[in-house]
Amino acid sequence: MALDVHLSHPLRTFALDLELSVGGQTLALVGPSGAGKTSVLRTVAGLLRPDAGRVALDGEIWLDTAARVDLPPERRRVGLVFQDYALFPHLSVRRNVAFGGRTRVDELLERLRIAELAEARPREISGGERQRVALARALARDPAVLLLDEPLSALDAFTRMQVRAELRDLLRSLALPTLVVTHDFEDAAALADLVGVLVEGRVLQIAPPSELVAAPADAFVASFTGANLLRGVASEGPAGLTAVALEAGFTAYTVDRGRGGVSVAVYPWEVSIAREEPHDSAVNHVRAPIGSLVRLGNRARVRVGPITAEVTTQSVERLGLREGDVVVASFKATGARILPPAP
Amino acid sequence: MAGAGPRGVRARAFGVSLWIAATAVVAFFLLPVVAIFTRVPPGELVDQLSNEVVRDALRVTLETNLVALAFILLLGTPAAYLIATRSFRGRALVLTLIELPLVLPPAVAGIGLLAAFGRTGLLGDELEALGVSVSFTRTAVMLAVAFVAGPFYVRPAIAAFESVDSTLLGAARTLGAGPGRTFVRVALPLASAGLGAGAALAFARGLGEFGATIMFAGSLQGVTQTLSLAIYQEFDLNFDAALAISALLVLVSGVLLLSVKVIAGWRSTYTSLIPFGRSPSTSS
Repeated sequence: MALDVHLSHPLRTFALDLELSVGGQTLALVGPSGAGKTSVLRTVAGLLRPDAGRVALDGEIWLDTAARVDLPPERRRVGLVFQDYALFPHLSVRRNVAFGGRTRVDELLERLRIAELAEARPREISGGERQRVALARALARDPAVLLLDEPLSALDAFTRMQVRAELRDLLRSLALPTLVVTHDFEDAAALADLVGVLVEGRVLQIAPPSELVAAPADAFVASFTGANLLRGVASEGPAGLTAVALEAGFTAYTVDRGRGGVSVAVYPWEVSIAREEPHDSAVNHVRAPIGSLVRLGNRARVRVGPITAEVTTQSVERLGLREGDVVVASFKATGARILPPAP
Repeated sequence: MAGAGPRGVRARAFGVSLWIAATAVVAFFLLPVVAIFTRVPPGELVDQLSNEVVRDALRVTLETNLVALAFILLLGTPAAYLIATRSFRGRALVLTLIELPLVLPPAVAGIGLLAAFGRTGLLGDELEALGVSVSFTRTAVMLAVAFVAGPFYVRPAIAAFESVDSTLLGAARTLGAGPGRTFVRVALPLASAGLGAGAALAFARGLGEFGATIMFAGSLQGVTQTLSLAIYQEFDLNFDAALAISALLVLVSGVLLLSVKVIAGWRSTYTSLIPFGRSPSTSS
């Protein structure tokens, strides 16, 4: 089963123009807010009619502006989970789910662990529970395509981690063509088999999340996947390396080739932190005070001059790191990638 | 610093004058209502209500107003939904036209209805061909009430439908509900508080309708004479009966006003859930 989407539609300051195909897997569209992500979902669901476009599920044509086909939303087999869930406030959880279809209500209430909330009103339950109700309601319709609009953004950080894992398992077991939009690359990488980066209405790159990290097509994709981006001027360096004189004031060495104005991408988990310059395989070192230190569970993000490093909290304790301490951030020449400069 | 000196005195004098003005306003509004109940003993009021003129007027008023209200709800609700949820050319003009009866003097409304539906009126020939004579019949009372009271329902109904989050209507569609089912199962229940309040307001306005009715329908006892018209007739003949009808209408109006307040209070229970939804438009 495959969903094919082709659409072009003017938005406020740019035009949405993309072509997608989703099989029995999850495709996440990530991009900054206002990139047109929600418009894609609304077009597939039939809530937005684009200037030109085609939406088809296998042979079933839902929209074809050229052939003047435009099925109303109720005749497209989609399950759309809205960003703020859009539960009907006047109906109980059970009746919300039954609105989508009456045949599998009890099964879905059980499956999404909301059976004990069946008689509650949406305003009486938590954000994570509302999300499960919205999913159950969308699935009650027995959709052939699932659409999720920022499914995790309305949740607090703690609930979000938990719901993310549950949602991933659910999507795997459903094996429906699923389109998720999110502004968070981590959410996208956790949920989806394929991630497309959408900027100003265009898809810059579609690839499995690991590949986006390993080989970002350009500087925007790299920064979106969480890389440090450092601008500079590249020239030939020693031992076949490229030397990039960075605007930040030091020189980085990389195995990639490049000349002139470039961006260097370095992922935080490829950067290590030490009190003194280490004698190891890393050739790039930045000595600077710690600008910020943020703990995220068992990891910590440490900002050293222009670079953010991600290290374990265990290392932070062992080295006794505190904001303001002067430390050395190091990364290998193989951990620095040259990309065309960010637009 | 308030409390001492000429500035403090002026501030206090201003505060006192606000209280005097507010007291005067409330007393002025309340006095005539209280006077109705103090002129005649309550027992006498109840006796007067069994008077034949009063009983006929009560029957005419209830029958005409209930039919007029049904008419307003049946046509006004879908019209309000359309105006609230679609954008079309001339929408602002339509909104203004709907408010026209609100500002029109009732006597003008009466003349207008005569000119439109009367025997020599705009539609007079067509109605005559159908064998229908409208003016000075009970139908005329209903038309007058619907004309004058209609906007009191339609305006708040538009506001009520506008305050329903359009995302919820979209959600209903993606869940397989057609436009009709979406209207009945989502829009109507979510707007019900505003619709109820509007209906109560329209009913209250209709009960008091006088000017347009007397010009277009006349004041025939048992046929077109409503409670308001009966008050006008009886205050020459039997002032106690006029007072009794007035007392009855005060009670009914009070109950309607109270129900508007209570129903409006329900509204808040549904809106709190949608923090990022379309903000409810300012309702009347």
